[in-house]
Amino acid sequence: MMNLRAARATRGCRALPVVLLALVLAACERPPNEVAQQGFRGTGMLEVVNPRLREEALAGITIPDPLPPVPPSGTTAGEVYQNVQVLGDLDLAEFTRFMVAITEWVSPEEGCNYCHNPADLADDNIYTKIVSRRMIEMTRHINAAWTDHVGATGVTCYTCHQGEIVPAEMWWAADPGSRRTRGLTAGTAGQNLPAVNAGLTSLPADPFTPYLLGNTDIRVHTMQALPDGTPLPATKQTEETYALMMHISDALGVNCTYCHNSQHFASWEGNSPNRVTAWHAINMTRALNTEYLEPLATELPPERRGPSGDAPKANCTTCHRGLNKPLNGANMLQYHPELIGND
Amino acid sequence: MPEYQNVFTRVQVRGPAELGVPLSGNIWPRSGQTFVSYWLGKMGDAQIGPFYLGTSGLLSLICGFIAIEIIGLNMWASVNWSPIEFVRQLPWLALEPPSPEYGLRIPPLQDGGWWLMAGFFLTASILLWWLRMYRRSKALGMGTHIAWAFASAIWLYLVLGFIRPVMMGSWSEAVPFGIFPHLDWTAAFSIRYGNLYYNPFHMLSIVFLYGSVLLFAMHGATILAVTRYGGDREVEQIVDRGTASERAALFWRWTMGFNASMESIHRWAWWFAVLCPLTGGIGILLTGTVVDNWFLWGVKHGLVPEYPQVFPAVADPALSMGESMGESP
Repeated sequence: MMNLRAARATRGCRALPVVLLALVLAACERPPNEVAQQGFRGTGMLEVVNPRLREEALAGITIPDPLPPVPPSGTTAGEVYQNVQVLGDLDLAEFTRFMVAITEWVSPEEGCNYCHNPADLADDNIYTKIVSRRMIEMTRHINAAWTDHVGATGVTCYTCHQGEIVPAEMWWAADPGSRRTRGLTAGTAGQNLPAVNAGLTSLPADPFTPYLLGNTDIRVHTMQALPDGTPLPATKQTEETYALMMHISDALGVNCTYCHNSQHFASWEGNSPNRVTAWHAINMTRALNTEYLEPLATELPPERRGPSGDAPKANCTTCHRGLNKPLNGANMLQYHPELIGND
Repeated sequence: MPEYQNVFTRVQVRGPAELGVPLSGNIWPRSGQTFVSYWLGKMGDAQIGPFYLGTSGLLSLICGFIAIEIIGLNMWASVNWSPIEFVRQLPWLALEPPSPEYGLRIPPLQDGGWWLMAGFFLTASILLWWLRMYRRSKALGMGTHIAWAFASAIWLYLVLGFIRPVMMGSWSEAVPFGIFPHLDWTAAFSIRYGNLYYNPFHMLSIVFLYGSVLLFAMHGATILAVTRYGGDREVEQIVDRGTASERAALFWRWTMGFNASMESIHRWAWWFAVLCPLTGGIGILLTGTVVDNWFLWGVKHGLVPEYPQVFPAVADPALSMGESMGESP
C-alpha cells in the first residue's frame, strides 16, 4: 500500500515537470528551424525559417493558370460598354479577358453577378461594383507607383483575394464596446493580453491603427550617444514599434535580421536591402489604407464593416500570408499588363 | 556511510525536533510546532519549523499581500473577472505603469495609480523582509552577509522601479508587473537605448551571472565529489585541512592551475552573486539618464568592431524621400 502510494507520487513528480514545461512553452513556435548565415560570420546575421510553417504557408496557396491571350478586337471597352470609368480605353477583347480573370480571382462561385446587375451591366447600384472599381484603381496604382515595394512582380487582385470575395487576412479597428471591466480598475494601455497581431506577445495589441492607418513615428532611436535634454521617445513607444515589427515578422515568416543588422536595429549600415523594401511597404500600406480602403466604409453594408463601423484594411499578412514573397513570388501581373496604371 | 552520488539528498535525520539555540531578547516567541516532510527532505532539511514571524515579518507579509492583491485583482479585471481566462492568460496579464504624460505626478487609479500603489506596498514588503533578515541574523549571532546580498538584489529592483524613473522624470519608464509584459519591456528597453549589450555594466552583470552559475556548479560538484573523504565538513577544513581538501585543491590545480581555498570559494560565490545585480543596477541607472544610445556610445569609445560589408550598401530611404512621405517609418 505504502509502495503503491509512493510509486504514484513518484509518477506524479515525473509528470509535473513535463506538464509545467508544456505550459511554459505553449506560446512558443515548435522547432526545428533552418538557419542560414547571411551576413559576416559571427555577427548573428542569420535567416531563420521554420520549414514546417513555410510548408503550411505554401500549401495554402494555389497559383491559377493564366488565361490564354486573346486577339485584339479593334474597339475599346469604353466604346462598347457604358459607364466604364476605369480600363475604358482597354481593347474590348482584353477587357473581357480581364473580367473573366477577376471573376476567377475574386468571386469564382458567385460569378459576374456578384458585382454586376445582369439586366444592366452599367448599373452602379451594387456596392461590390463600386468597391471593385476602386480596387482595380488601387491595383493599377500599386503596380505603377509602388514598384519600390512590389518590384516587377507586381500585384493582381489574386495576390490578396486568392479566390475569396473578401481577402482572408484583413484588419478592423478594435471593438469600442470592449468586454473589459471599466471604472477604477487599471487599464491595460492597449497591451498585456495575448496579442494575436504581435506574434502572441503581450505587446500592444493593435500595431495597425497608429502605423498602418495613422502616421505615428515608428522610429524610437535618437541616433546620439548621450541625451541632450530634449524629450525622447519612451520605452512604451518602443513597445508599440516592437508590436508592428512582430506583425511584419509573423506575416512574412522571417526573423529580425531578415531586414535589420544585429548590432543596432536603427542603423542602416550592415542591413540587408530587404529593409528598404519593407520601409516602402509600410508607406505603401499606410497610403492604401488611407486613400483607398478606409474611405470605402461608406459604401459597405454593415456586415462588411468592423465592430466600430470601419472598412476592412490591409496589413502585411493580407498579401504575404507567412511567406517573404506573396504567392511565393509568382508573377501573375505579366499576363495582365492592363493592371499597371499610369501613376 | 551516506551515499552522495545521487541527484537527491539521501540522508534524512529523524529524531526529536531541533528547536535551535536558546536566544534572549526575542519579542515574539517562536512557534514550537514542527513536522517532518519526506519529500521536502529530498531537497533540504526534512524538519519544517519552528517558524518566527516577528513584527517586520508580519508587516512584510501584510504589505506583500496588499501588493499581490492589487496586481492580481487588476489583472483579473483585465479579463473581465473570468476565472478561466485569468488562469489561461495569466502569463500575458499585467499591471501597467502610468502613461508618459503624467510624469512623476500621481495618476488616476485606472491609468497607473494602482501601479504606483502596488509598487509602494511591494517595496515596503521587500524592505521589511530585508529588515527581518538583518534582525534574525543578529538575533542568531550570525554575520549579516545574507541581508547584504539581498540588499544587492533590492538595489536592482529599486533602480528599475523607482530610482531611474525618478531620474528620468516619469513613472512610465518603470517596469510593468506581469510575467511576459516585463520580458517584453526588457526587450523594448534594450532596443530603445540602442542595444544594451554595448553597455559595459550590462556586460559585467552577465559575467557575474554566468560566473555565479559556473562557480556554483564547480563548488557543489567539488564538495559532493570529496564527501567520501569528509569534504562535506568544509567549514572545519578551512582551518584543519584534511585529505578531502587536499584532493579537491589538487584536482583544480591539475586541471586549471589554481584553486580556491575552502574559505575563499565562499567569498568568490558571495561576491559574484552580489556583483551581478549591483553592476546590472548601475547599467540600468545610466541608461537614458547619462547614455541614450549604447551602440553609438560604443562606436564613440571604440568598443564596436567594424565588420566587412556583406550586403550591398543601402541608405536610409527616408533621407531621400524627404517630407513628402509624411512621418518616416
